[in-house]
Amino acid sequence: MSILHTVNKSPFQKNDFSSCLSHANAGDAVLLIEDGVYGAVSGTEAAKQISSAEASVYVLGGDLAARGIASDKIADGITVVGYDGFVDLAAEHQAVNSWL
Amino acid sequence: MKFGVVVNEGPYTHQASDSAYNFTKAALAKGHEIVRVFFYHDGVNNGTRLTVPPSDDRNIQENWSALAKEHELDLVLCIAAAQRRGILDENEAKRQGKDADNVAEGFRISGLGQLIEAGIQADRLVTFGD
Repeated sequence: MSILHTVNKSPFQKNDFSSCLSHANAGDAVLLIEDGVYGAVSGTEAAKQISSAEASVYVLGGDLAARGIASDKIADGITVVGYDGFVDLAAEHQAVNSWL
Repeated sequence: MKFGVVVNEGPYTHQASDSAYNFTKAALAKGHEIVRVFFYHDGVNNGTRLTVPPSDDRNIQENWSALAKEHELDLVLCIAAAQRRGILDENEAKRQGKDADNVAEGFRISGLGQLIEAGIQADRLVTFGD
């Protein structure tokens, strides 16, 4: 069963993103929202884990912009989506798991 | 597709209420159905009509009420969570001997069974919280 995981905590606050990446399987998607978008910044320990993750990683563009994170600061391998993309990801996967 | 939305965090806390609202709006815009938005724990604070944010700030409660009116959404506040936090509809205010009620337009108070039902009826249940 494919799952969309959402992570809303900064990797500097909690280790949800790291745990989520370890648990997510191939075919799953991980979407960073709210303070979770800090995990998408290139050069961080969290972002380094993305290259070896099985799941595809996405980040919510509006939440990046709200935090002043420019698109050229995003680590390679992460796709920026809007709320319509969030809805599509939720529809495309069989379940949504919010890491709260 | 049918979506159910759960909101576990109060408005103006972190971002969960705004995220849930934006997700709900985007899903409706794409032609999906929202079977119910269930407000649980501090999330019930989204449903008080006595909220008065500064005029230059968004009014989260009014945004929900307007969206509910436009799309005939079912916005449900968990009764046990609501009573603990002083959120009452007319019937409950009368039953508890209180002199006022404060449930906002478009919201209703009901039980946890409504969350279970939303989970069964919806193809996807998406939770927002702290």
